[in-house]
Amino acid sequence: MGAMLWSLLRAELITYLWRQQDLWVVVAFYLAIASLFPLAVGVEPALLRQMAPGVIWVCALLASLLALPRLFADDHHSGILEQLLLLPLSLSVVVWVRIFCYWLWSGLPLVLLSPLLGMQYGLHGEELLWLVATLLPGTLLLALFGAIGAALTLGARGGGALLALLIIPLCVPVLILGAGALGEALAGGDPMPWYYLLLALLLVALPLAPLATAAALRITVD
Amino acid sequence: MSEQPIRWLKFSSPKHFYFLVERLAPWLTGVGLLALLLGLYVGFILAPEDYQQGNSYRIMFLHVPAAWLSMLIYLLMALYGLIHLVWRVRMADIMARALAPTGMLFCAIALWTGALWGKPTWGAYWVWDARITTQLILLFLYAGYIALHHAIDDRHKAAQAASLLALVGSVNVPIIYFSVQWWNTLHQGASIAPGSSPTMATVMFVALMLMTLACWMYAIVVPLRRAQTLILLSEGRSQWVRDGLLVKQGGDRHA
Repeated sequence: MGAMLWSLLRAELITYLWRQQDLWVVVAFYLAIASLFPLAVGVEPALLRQMAPGVIWVCALLASLLALPRLFADDHHSGILEQLLLLPLSLSVVVWVRIFCYWLWSGLPLVLLSPLLGMQYGLHGEELLWLVATLLPGTLLLALFGAIGAALTLGARGGGALLALLIIPLCVPVLILGAGALGEALAGGDPMPWYYLLLALLLVALPLAPLATAAALRITVD
Repeated sequence: MSEQPIRWLKFSSPKHFYFLVERLAPWLTGVGLLALLLGLYVGFILAPEDYQQGNSYRIMFLHVPAAWLSMLIYLLMALYGLIHLVWRVRMADIMARALAPTGMLFCAIALWTGALWGKPTWGAYWVWDARITTQLILLFLYAGYIALHHAIDDRHKAAQAASLLALVGSVNVPIIYFSVQWWNTLHQGASIAPGSSPTMATVMFVALMLMTLACWMYAIVVPLRRAQTLILLSEGRSQWVRDGLLVKQGGDRHA
């Protein structure tokens, strides 16, 4: 089982290497829309600092929605998804590996680039660390919730917009807790309660979301 | 003692369900209309003006039942979704589908009436209060459910996918509610809570209960009728539909 898991992981990562374009689109989108806000609302430093947690978090949410429709779609069209269902591994484990690789590829770059945005918005020092620290579990959570939507909308018409409609309400708690922790850190308060809640949500979603995603895949594929 | 089969399970067959609704619906409609008329009379004529809010508090007689029902119907929808996923009962999906537009309607009514009440009372149509925000997100959840059901062409897949979505959403509703509440306490000082009014006079309570009954009857009859339509849409070719409905009309025409 370990060997199979490893080869699955390797195959997933190699596939993503072939799909570099997706990564760059997501990253460029993230940086571009986050740079729109100062242009629209003005460059008052105090205002930017106050907006920073919300804006960066909403941008991360939107950017992580962008590549989601392709999470399972290509494999669905090529029939690989059926093969994955036939693996002697539990489908939720397969899904878990897939989500993790997807996050490594489209979520982690957002996290790593976020200090850049943070500096644009006038954050510095420890605040940038908090930005990274909240986005790290946050983007993983967004990928976990997003996978449920991606699996549900697999055979559906109106892909991307429908997916966004399904996922955005589910992501509200992630946004509130993540941006809340960051906002508290920026205001000089104690972000830990928020951060713990965010991590708790992650611990709940880590086993449950792949289960729901696997169930959704079984519905769409069989 | 001989084991009696559970009678009501037979109503999970579309045919029996259809004719049961046919018999029940007029009565339920009658009860609902009666409660509505009584409720409007008590609410508008008998109940006095509120010494603080004047007449605007009367919006509560529609607002509160609508808010209750919008939450309840979502949970019921998720329950039917669970039944559909676990036991593959087709009627469960039909019921969930039939409930969704009504739940969304009540959700919209709750938001709308809340805004109308908020303007004279709080001075603003919209306040980012925890309950209001949760209600808004609930509206999006309803919209997502309905949209997903319509977006998948295969009926069985659509039914199962939507059921799963309702289930996932229902797990999320409490999380959303609490996170919004925490967020609310961070962003606003002393929040103006919609529930903090002093105890209600008996007349007002009676009016509220009557209106709640009326809304309940609406929320029962309309989805049941909608479920009938959905049954006819999916079973239009089966024999009982022809025998029970079409032939009767045809017979009238010949007579």
